[in-house]
Amino acid sequence: MSEPVTELGGKVVEGWVTVRDAGLCGMITLRGDLESKAVKDICKKVTGVAFPKPLSAGADGRSGLCWMSPDEMLVMVPYADVQMALSDIHSALQGTHYAAENVSDARSVMFLEGAGAREVVAKLAPVDLHPDHFKVGDFRRSRLGQVAAAFWMRDEETFEIVCFRSVGDYCFSLLSASAEAGPVSVF
Amino acid sequence: MLTLQCPYCGVDADETELSPGGEAHLKRFGPGSTDEEFEDYLFARQNPKGVHFERWRHAYGCGKWFLAARCTMTLEVFGTYSAQTTEPPQTIKDAITAKRPGWTWGTLS
Repeated sequence: MSEPVTELGGKVVEGWVTVRDAGLCGMITLRGDLESKAVKDICKKVTGVAFPKPLSAGADGRSGLCWMSPDEMLVMVPYADVQMALSDIHSALQGTHYAAENVSDARSVMFLEGAGAREVVAKLAPVDLHPDHFKVGDFRRSRLGQVAAAFWMRDEETFEIVCFRSVGDYCFSLLSASAEAGPVSVF
Repeated sequence: MLTLQCPYCGVDADETELSPGGEAHLKRFGPGSTDEEFEDYLFARQNPKGVHFERWRHAYGCGKWFLAARCTMTLEVFGTYSAQTTEPPQTIKDAITAKRPGWTWGTLS
């Protein structure tokens, strides 16, 4: 069988803020009634993470849940566990109105690490990233430069960014350029 | 710059995160309608100076379509609301009346 690789091939650009390919991530797009107990329960079961409030995300290592829209959840699990998680979801939600699909190889994931990570993103997205407004655990789908991307703060100095695989390289270069340009000291 | 609050996810979305969808509250005239009705449905649009109702999509965010009431002259936003409605909710109408007494738009007022 062919060996799975990320679009970014493990690239890292170190500097004031480090941009890092997150490596292979298992991702499942789950659409359905996010208010239903069955959906909440299976999300918690496959990730071990508490069900997030709207516009937020939570993670434990490589497992996590990201609130994408009022009817969509991004379920993150270790890459090797995707098929197992997907079949767990199918058996738990069988007969209800839902859709779940493995999108692991359709997305790119990267990390931004450093005290200035907030500024690096703020320069690229039309989002209020002031510390009083955008906090650890907050999740936002928006755009970075010219492409759609989602990002959230894992902790005070780490952003996790998810974008389509086809624009992964653009996104990575954009973040690296923003990091290289240095701080703007607005926060 | 235009900022609209998405009524589905609650995000204050910048104009560049949104896709415009043209006039809101259009009634479709398809097979069985007269030529005039069909032409009106396809081509005739309001072009008001003042209160206007529009469709927008939170394209880079949650992806949902919603409706917005705003003023084309001052760009003031009166409110946004769910697309699952055939007429603006009373709260939106009241908000417009408070700012623009005597407003009309199509058959609405």
